Amino acid sequence: MSERVLMKGNEAMAEAAIRAGCRHFFGYPITPQTEVAAYMSKKMPKIGGTYLQAESEIAAINMVLGAASAGVRAMTSSSSPGISLKTEGISYIAGSDLPCLIVNVERGGPGLGGIQPAQSDYWQATRALGHGDFHVLVFAPSNVQEVVDLVFLAYDLAEKYRMPAMLLSDGLLGQMMEPVSFPEPVEKTGKPSWAACGHQDLRPHNVINSLYLKADQLERTVVERFARYAQVEAREQRCQQYLCDDADYIVVAFGATARVSQSAVDTLRAQGVKAGLLRPVTLWPFPKEAIRSHIPHAKGFLSVEMSMGQMVDDVRLTVEGKVPVGFFGRTGGVIPRPSEVVEAVMKMAGGDR
Amino acid sequence: MKDWNFVFAGFGGQGILFAGKVVAYAGMAGEREVSWLPSYGPEMRGGTANCSVCLSSRPIGSPLVLEPDALVVMNNPSYDKFIDTVVPGGTVVIDRALVDRRTARTDITALYVPATRLAQENGIGKLANLIALGALWKATGFTTAEALDAAIVKVVPPSKPELVELNRRAIRIGAEAAE
Amino acid sequence: MAMVYQKSKMLTDAPLHYCPGCTHGIIHKLVAESLEELEAGGRAVGVAPVGCSVMAYDYFACDMVEAPHGRAPAIATGLKRALPEGVIFTYQGDGDLAAIGTAETVHAATRGENITVIFVNNAIYGMTGGQMAPTTLPGQVTQTTPYGRDVTTAGFPVRVCEMLATLSGVAYAERVSVDTVPNIRKAKAAIKKAFETQIAKKGFSIVEVLSTCPTNWGLTPAEALEWLRQNMMPYYPLGVYQDRTGNERGVF
Repeated sequence: MSERVLMKGNEAMAEAAIRAGCRHFFGYPITPQTEVAAYMSKKMPKIGGTYLQAESEIAAINMVLGAASAGVRAMTSSSSPGISLKTEGISYIAGSDLPCLIVNVERGGPGLGGIQPAQSDYWQATRALGHGDFHVLVFAPSNVQEVVDLVFLAYDLAEKYRMPAMLLSDGLLGQMMEPVSFPEPVEKTGKPSWAACGHQDLRPHNVINSLYLKADQLERTVVERFARYAQVEAREQRCQQYLCDDADYIVVAFGATARVSQSAVDTLRAQGVKAGLLRPVTLWPFPKEAIRSHIPHAKGFLSVEMSMGQMVDDVRLTVEGKVPVGFFGRTGGVIPRPSEVVEAVMKMAGGDR
Repeated sequence: MKDWNFVFAGFGGQGILFAGKVVAYAGMAGEREVSWLPSYGPEMRGGTANCSVCLSSRPIGSPLVLEPDALVVMNNPSYDKFIDTVVPGGTVVIDRALVDRRTARTDITALYVPATRLAQENGIGKLANLIALGALWKATGFTTAEALDAAIVKVVPPSKPELVELNRRAIRIGAEAAE
Repeated sequence: MAMVYQKSKMLTDAPLHYCPGCTHGIIHKLVAESLEELEAGGRAVGVAPVGCSVMAYDYFACDMVEAPHGRAPAIATGLKRALPEGVIFTYQGDGDLAAIGTAETVHAATRGENITVIFVNNAIYGMTGGQMAPTTLPGQVTQTTPYGRDVTTAGFPVRVCEMLATLSGVAYAERVSVDTVPNIRKAKAAIKKAFETQIAKKGFSIVEVLSTCPTNWGLTPAEALEWLRQNMMPYYPLGVYQDRTGNERGVF
């Protein structure tokens, strides 16, 4: 690990990608992810990598598709409206079984929305990154060090399971500075056997493709892919738990909102309320096992989000009505206050202390 | 050491974000957890600029400081926006050269330091931010002198070593003004 | 027995799905032969579009990537940046290249992206059953211009080579046809030159091939070739529209 340095989330993410062996970045300017692209444009030329400012988000994601087809670690980053444009390409990438890293530094929506932090792309990230039956690995860091660590993990798992990975950050995490240290750089050499990198007359041609005109063939391909997704769901659920073991009320929150909620949990504990925080680190696969483990002792779960309530759907699907599931959120770029979260938990607890 | 939540506020170009960075580096030098969060967006261009800085012995929860223990304000809009958010017992440094308000609050320590004027008089016109920071440090002792000095060395780019001494001077001027 | 003709080894044995009389088969052969003659097949990666040639990835024996509609030049860009010594080409129709993919085409060209674009212009959307294309001629009847293309409501056809020739990144742009044997020979020379331009790292190269669609034009193959000569060639004159290959460093 390197010496600890103070860095913005966005810049740390870019540096982490470079250290994880990414040498091909394709982007398009949008607030609040601009520092990722700016960092890449500064560093890539010095290390023989590619920084390319594409003509659109659509072109950028397809450049990622091309580079990933050739078997290299490729990346694009954007913010909410730009991710909507990328969804076509993401569906093709998933349908072509290609690994890559897509970053969404979320801002408020819908439409042009705003530029302040939001988490209102949860549904999009976990359910709707394009048409068709598919999943994308979705990671939700909540501090700058975790941004770095999850970039490495995202590439590793994307390659292991041959699927795209998304890092879901937000304007707060992207803009804030925290101390961070970096793992040793990864040297990526050689190409995977499936890559379209020129067969050098040594093997039959490789084809990177998502088209299957015969229905039974397409079904077989998708079913095989879902067998892989099942493995991911079984092995790769990740979350962090804070004071959950004896908790009556468990706040479920990810990313920046988890930090606000952690402050709230501390306040609640000081007031004698047994509160805990369960922070999903992977949003897909959703950490169902960890949530289920608390159903026997929890009196309620509260999903706290910077949205009108999206992840709460997954909490409810996981809890299956066995205990109450509530929601508290602010949206449009408003960051919830710890005191508001405290109030929401107290309301849920009613007179029961 | 105790945990600290700071807000630095003023207008774009005053080095508000930079002053916050110095505090964050000082926290790192003092082996504490730190976070630095700027306001961002179009309002940064000529409008208000502010940042939240947290120093803590534990992992930091919300990095957005809503109720600062210590506040530095360097223009009137910032004063109006933040003066009532300071926790009772907290400290505020007000650049008297640019802020014409006086607080009626008696539950906080208010220091009126003419930081911008002092900077001009001392020929370090761009360092009013660090003069204000020097005053805040003197009044609160949020970090050790060694950690603060280490931060000043750290934030200066290697290409401009001459700035280290100027920054030290600004901190000293601010500290003296706070006495 | 002496071998007098052999299919290029840059084509697979998969049977082509194209309609009888369609000129895609000829163009595939010219691309394959060019790659083989330049000994570039082993480092070639082709990008297939959406359109009639969507399954070109099954026909070319080099590594292939299938693109979303219109995005082939962006994918080729990603491939080329990852494989600077690769020989990267797209094979695109008129709807793919000049309608939904116009931005990708223009920007790959203006970047001087060192790729080769084979552009098959048959003035119609073939795969979806014969709708108006960006290159459909004024007055031409298609499924979606049943009264003929009315330029007052549908605008004018795009002349791709002329448009791209204005861009500084284009090293070589030529329009050819495959309607006669002499023109097929010229088309082969152009395609080969386009690949040579890329191999010499001189910038973006494009060969526009005027092509027929007997099925959707509602003509016999022979009538279609005549229609191409009578109607397309006057609007889309054959010739070289840009050639910076004589410069030592091409477009750069």
